[in-house]
Formats: sequence, structure tokens, C-alpha cells
Amino acid sequence: MKSKPTLAMLLMGLTGALLGTAVGGTASAEQEQIVRMTARRFEFSPATIVVKKGQPVVLEITSYDFVHGFNVPDLKLRADLPPGKVTAVRFVPDRVGSFPFVCDNFCGAGHEEMHGSIEVKG
Amino acid sequence: MIKRRDFLRLVGVGGGAVFASGLAGRTLGATGDGYGSNEFYFVQLSDTHWGYKGPANPEAANTLKLAVATVNALATPPDFIIFTGDLTHTTDDAAERRRRLTEFRTIVAELKVKNVRYMPGEHDASLDNGAAYKELFGETHYSFDHKGVHFIALDNVSDPGARIGEAQLEWLKADLEKQKQDAPIVVLTHRPLFDLAPQWDWATRDGAKAIELLMPYKNVTVFYGHIHQEHHHTTGHIVHHSAKSLVFPLPAPGSQEKRTPLPWDAAMPYKGLGFREVEAEVDKINYKLAEYPVSKAG
Repeated sequence: MKSKPTLAMLLMGLTGALLGTAVGGTASAEQEQIVRMTARRFEFSPATIVVKKGQPVVLEITSYDFVHGFNVPDLKLRADLPPGKVTAVRFVPDRVGSFPFVCDNFCGAGHEEMHGSIEVKG
Repeated sequence: MIKRRDFLRLVGVGGGAVFASGLAGRTLGATGDGYGSNEFYFVQLSDTHWGYKGPANPEAANTLKLAVATVNALATPPDFIIFTGDLTHTTDDAAERRRRLTEFRTIVAELKVKNVRYMPGEHDASLDNGAAYKELFGETHYSFDHKGVHFIALDNVSDPGARIGEAQLEWLKADLEKQKQDAPIVVLTHRPLFDLAPQWDWATRDGAKAIELLMPYKNVTVFYGHIHQEHHHTTGHIVHHSAKSLVFPLPAPGSQEKRTPLPWDAAMPYKGLGFREVEAEVDKINYKLAEYPVSKAG
């Protein structure tokens, strides 16, 4: 199941990593907060996403090695993340708080470690 | 010889815990070794994770063997034994997965009771959709009847996305249609059918569909594993009981950020681990649960 990451995927991942945890500042013409993330066994990067309440968010998630799951139960968001493509997850954070997310497609020995959180600030 | 009833009582006092499920306040009409004609008991073992190596259980190579010896030492043998999944610890190596499943099967072959039922957990089955498990243990979902109780084993792990799936739900629907609405039904699963802690992946993605199919039946009890601890919950009139693990305990659902194993306590080895007896009073549709440690010293 393992596939080699393409240059585009690596650049995308590097961008996400460089953005660290405060990745919600990029805004499109529609004032969307665009956050680029990567998913690979057994981590999301970045694992902490900070976004602003009331402003639309687009999570652009690239998986490298598995159809990971991205599930934010408290926000009723979930998506499968097929490897080799960008999966966009859109939502509008309507309340302040910390909302954990988890990989919910069993992906191996470190599956239980693959999680993170969305921090919605006022 | 200690009668079955007396033995349960001794266990209740000496470290085990007894939980009554179903109609409360009834008494037993015990005969012979402690059972009426429509009474029996079975043992539930879960989450043995054979092949695990790590600090959460430095005695992992011995824990399952100890539990087998403890079950074999029960004063009255159970009618049957059910393993509710995660027989082995996961590995990406398909050959190693088969080796672990084979070793597990060899160890539990030492059980004196030969009526043993198995189910996969996600560690056994999710990475190959249950292929290795099926080769060694057979079907991942099935039903059977025992002394008036209809047992249904549901597979919510062979799909890595924790779905039962439409085909199996259709099978469940057809299986249930053969039952009277007041029939005693016991459902066996690995993952919880309800959303216990979805932020820890403690759920079944389409579990609500199974519960919907079960709801018309008045007497349904679910026994499951996965969460490595005892837990009791109801959805409507359906009661759900999770079992302890035989490798390491996990924290209470959603009680902390990470679902990391509770640390091994060298002063109290095997703390938090164990197995369960389920005593069925079929006429009263009542189940008494007794929790046992891994071994007498555990």
C-alpha cells in the first residue's frame, strides 16, 4: 500500500509543516482560512490547527501512504483521505473551543497515536 | 465439591465484581451444581493482543497463558468461551500476523472447554480485511443458539473504517427476522455499536443501523471488547457491556487527550486486567456478570 510521495506532495507537506500550528491565517478572496495538512502513518502534520471563529475554513489534507480517516466528531466533520490527492474539508467554526480529531480508518500499529485538535479562537 | 453458586459468591467476596443485568431482584432456583435447567454460563475473554511487546505489560508473553490456566481452574466449566476480538497485536507483516494468530490458537488450545468461539478485532483483521483471520478461525460473523438464547457475532473490524457494512446488515436483518420479538438475544461485537468516544475511535461508523435493527426485539444484550475496561451503557432498552483486556488497561472513555495504556504497576502486576463470566438465567432473561482477575494472584 505504500507509495512514494511526489514532489508536489512533499512541497505541500513542507508548506504545512512550516506553517506550524498557527496555520489559519491564509485567506482567499472569500476570506477562507486555508490550512494545508499532511497525513501519514501515524501522524497528522500539523497536529494542532488554529482557526478563527466565524470565518470559513478549508482544510487541504494530503495523505501519503494510506486511506487515512479524518474525523472531528464534535464538529460533525469527517472525510476519507485517499493517498496522492488533496482532500478538501470545508466548515465554518461557529463556536470557540478545542475539538479533537482522529484517524478513524485503522492504519497500523501506531493508529491509536494518530490524532490532533482544531483550536477555534474568538 | 464447591457448588457453582457458592463459588460465584466466594469470587464476589474475594476480589471479583458481580454485575446484574436485566431483571433485577430475582432469585435463582438452583439445582445440582447450581443451575436450573435453563441456566448456564459462558466466559468472555477479550483483547489478548498476542504479540504485543511494550512497557504497558512486561509480562505480555505470560498473561494469556495465565488466563487460560485460571479459566481451566474454574470449579464448574463454562458451557462455552467467547473471545471478543484483538486476539493478536497488529503488525504490517502478513506472515507475522499469521504467525501470531497461529501461536494464539496453540495457546488457547490448552483450554479444557472445547466449545470456543472467536471474533476478530481491528488488530487482527483491519489491515487485510480479515483474510488471515478467516484462514485460521473461519467466518467473522455468524449466529448460533445455546439453551434458548440466540447469539449473534457481528464483525465491525474487517472494514478498516469500522463499518459493519450493508451486506452484513442485510444478513443481520434476515437472521433477526427468524426470532420472536421477545426472544433472548445476545450480540457479540468487538467495537462498541454506539458512539462511546468517537474522538478515540471508540465507535462503529454504522453501528446505529445495527441498533435500529435490534430495537424491535425486547431482550437484547451486547457484549463487546476494544476499550480494555469494564463499561456498561444502555441505548433504549439494549444493554451494552464491555470487557477488560488481557494485555493492558486503557483510560476511561474520553477522560484525557490520548488513549494511552495505563502504566504497568510492578507492585500489582496484571492490575486492571481480567475476564468475565456471564451467567444466563434464560427464563428470566437475566444475566449476571462476574469479573475475574487474570490469576488468583492478579
